[in-house]
Amino acid sequence: MNSDYIVGIDLGTTNSLVAHMQGESPVVIPGEDGLNLVPSVIALDEKNQIIVGNAARKYLVETPERAVYSIKRLMGRGAEDIQDELRLFPFKLAEDLQQGEVLRIKIGERTYTPPEISALILRQLKRNAERFFGAPVTQAVITVPAYFNDAQRQATKDAGRIAGLNVLRLVNEPTAASLAYGLDKKKNGIVAVYDLGGGTFDISILKLHDGIFEVISTNGDTHLGGDDIDNLLIAVALDDIRGDLGLDVRRSGEAVQRIRRAVIEAKIALSAQPSAKLDVDLPGGKKYRREISREMFDEIIQPIIDRTVGPCKQALKDAAVKPEQIDEVVLVGGSTRIPEVRRLVQDLFGRTPHTDLNPDEVVALGAAVQANILGGGSEITKEMLLLDVTPLSLGIEVAGGVTDKIILRNSTVPASATQYYTTQVDGQTNVAIHVLQGERELARDCRSLARFDLKGIPPMVAGLSRIEVKFLIDANGILRVSAREQRSGQEAEIDVKPTYGLTDEQVENMLLESFDYAEEDFRQRQIIEARREADTILQGLAKAKNSHAWLDISNDERRHVEMQEKALVEVRDGDDYHAIREAIDTLNGATTHLAELMMDTAVSTALKGKAMDDTGMEDGPHAGHPMAKADFE
Amino acid sequence: MPGHGPGDVTPSCWSCGTMRAVHFCSSCGKVQPPVPVDYFTFFGFPRKLHLESSELEKEFYALSRHLHPDVFGQAGEMERAWSLEQSSMLNDAYRTLKDPVRRTEYLLRLEGIELEEQSKQATEKARATGELKKQVVPPDLLEEVFELNMHLEELRMQKALGEDDPALLEEIGKAKLSLEEKHDALLNELKIEWNNWDKTVDEGSEADRKGILDKMLDVLNRRNYIRNLLRDVNEAMD
Repeated sequence: MNSDYIVGIDLGTTNSLVAHMQGESPVVIPGEDGLNLVPSVIALDEKNQIIVGNAARKYLVETPERAVYSIKRLMGRGAEDIQDELRLFPFKLAEDLQQGEVLRIKIGERTYTPPEISALILRQLKRNAERFFGAPVTQAVITVPAYFNDAQRQATKDAGRIAGLNVLRLVNEPTAASLAYGLDKKKNGIVAVYDLGGGTFDISILKLHDGIFEVISTNGDTHLGGDDIDNLLIAVALDDIRGDLGLDVRRSGEAVQRIRRAVIEAKIALSAQPSAKLDVDLPGGKKYRREISREMFDEIIQPIIDRTVGPCKQALKDAAVKPEQIDEVVLVGGSTRIPEVRRLVQDLFGRTPHTDLNPDEVVALGAAVQANILGGGSEITKEMLLLDVTPLSLGIEVAGGVTDKIILRNSTVPASATQYYTTQVDGQTNVAIHVLQGERELARDCRSLARFDLKGIPPMVAGLSRIEVKFLIDANGILRVSAREQRSGQEAEIDVKPTYGLTDEQVENMLLESFDYAEEDFRQRQIIEARREADTILQGLAKAKNSHAWLDISNDERRHVEMQEKALVEVRDGDDYHAIREAIDTLNGATTHLAELMMDTAVSTALKGKAMDDTGMEDGPHAGHPMAKADFE
Repeated sequence: MPGHGPGDVTPSCWSCGTMRAVHFCSSCGKVQPPVPVDYFTFFGFPRKLHLESSELEKEFYALSRHLHPDVFGQAGEMERAWSLEQSSMLNDAYRTLKDPVRRTEYLLRLEGIELEEQSKQATEKARATGELKKQVVPPDLLEEVFELNMHLEELRMQKALGEDDPALLEEIGKAKLSLEEKHDALLNELKIEWNNWDKTVDEGSEADRKGILDKMLDVLNRRNYIRNLLRDVNEAMD
């Protein structure tokens, strides 16, 4: 497998991106629409086709019951712990959800698990990359919030598999960002990465040493981000509307989504200007108008951004580092564009944070760097090595419902711990182990990861058997367990019941649907896209033939162009993708001169005030020439 | 030497057949099947307690560059599994050895001595189950601990009533400071025993060693006792 095609993916709450290493530097791969950001939104259109990204956004307002956003908030979670989310987000759970089943979200008449919805976003990114490379993409590095627990990580990995991607590594977002920053700096020192995104907050303290990126501590909140700011602003607006207009639009999905869009725009505007206006058309013809000042905004969001202070202090304490020992502070995530957030970070660490890389893109760029390292590295990455930590302690439940911590938080991963178990009753052949994640003393206050059932223990007198269980957290931060009965030396069989999450079999089934056809899909898509491009160029040429430029070129040139045109028309309907592509490229080459002439004509025609149609370029000169080479390689 | 176990006859590399370091091949760089060894041996260090942290870090980074799973991103399944195991062992070893107290506790366990009863785990279990922890108060602390516990009880009651007594807080603050000093002093006491231990590794009798291990155990038990006490104080004052 060509390691050039290992991509780095930032699967974000609000936006997702795919990037790859181009020579010495990571670059984001744009979508067909030319945009780098793919909104993490999916929708079903009128024909029940799945729409992803920018095109899906309009459905949020038009048919909110057929669209989903911020699905990352539900990854790896159970029905009982998303009650807050259900109040604030328009997630609709499937009505037939069984106890203990993985969440399913209702979109239109269908239901999907959060990993499946994430997989749809990943598949879109995969397609964007395949379109860009002109080759299948099957391997990826995907980023996750550093503070994601085992279940959330596993759910992300499952999403990758469902999308037909072999997830080579899950990388923590702040760590990925530091890779992107460290690439050209090659400095030694202590760095703090403050990452406030759409739905999650992470703080990581790293030590950089000759290309080694060693995370010393990490902390965060996987349910804190720009979404929460939006929800507060929406609540304020809804109150206003009820108070001033006497309207209760809380139940109107469409109204709430309109308000949501308006407050997000205002929030973004307020990072650059002292005030912003809200102007929302409400159902029934009423309008909601309001001006919001930066001061008001800062006051409203204070409780939200203050919640980042605790994790920062804890991370510093765990790292045994004082703020003045931090050499650099890096800001990541769209929410760090808010001036008040920047001020808070500056106060916390006593220094001006770095903002030279685009906070929306830096994580994906770092993921591309890690993808390159995993692919065997290149000149620029060969000295780079990431040593990350597990954000939460791993424990097992012991007598009295107490958590016995066996791997402490901030341990460098991979990390392992070995525990010994014995039987309580004569002839006992099973031992149950309950694995937990968290910092609290009591098992019920920690996150239940899974129940492991050790089976096939040879029957012996109680207490005689000695079962060695090895818990290992791999470089993705995901737990693996193995067991061996020491007296018989036999490997114990482990039956894993994940508390939250899909079983391997479930993932297999989900992936079969999309994966069986993956290779065929890809070929088909390539052909369809090439045909579409052929049509664009042929249409452009047809128009060009009506222009003055066509008359200005020599007979030979015209003949040559027409010959290539015919060649393309001939292969267009065939199934040979390469032939279509080649014909497009040749025709493109043959028409370069013509395009230049047309451009000149277009400009002078425009100056003369003539209709653009006369030039055969209705989009105007800015659109470039319709035969422009696509950004394919 | 990094990566060389003391006195090992280094077998040849499974892949290229030449001489190799213990964990990876010094010739072709391939990771080698893990061998169960203690943490000191893993780093190629003698079982001594004085360890320069910069030296340890240097070895840790150097070994990480050879063993970390990222280095084997494109390798076969077997090598990836070995790398996972080797690097988890490396990380476990580094985490244990870099902390002076954990390092000493680890050595005691290696030498067959357990200090379970005073451990944090035992404390937590006892606290959660409401059972009394079997814990001996170091005699020299008896009076201080008695007084402190009374103050803490008072503080908790006041907190429950929403009252605030600056004098009491000052009293507890003073006791806390004194405990912290003792806590630090015990680390120095421990380091003296390190010297003695390190000497007996090269020369010294079994009886000498046993005596030193017992002393270290005593220091650690007292220190852990104070640490738990300090934790209680911090929790009460929070």
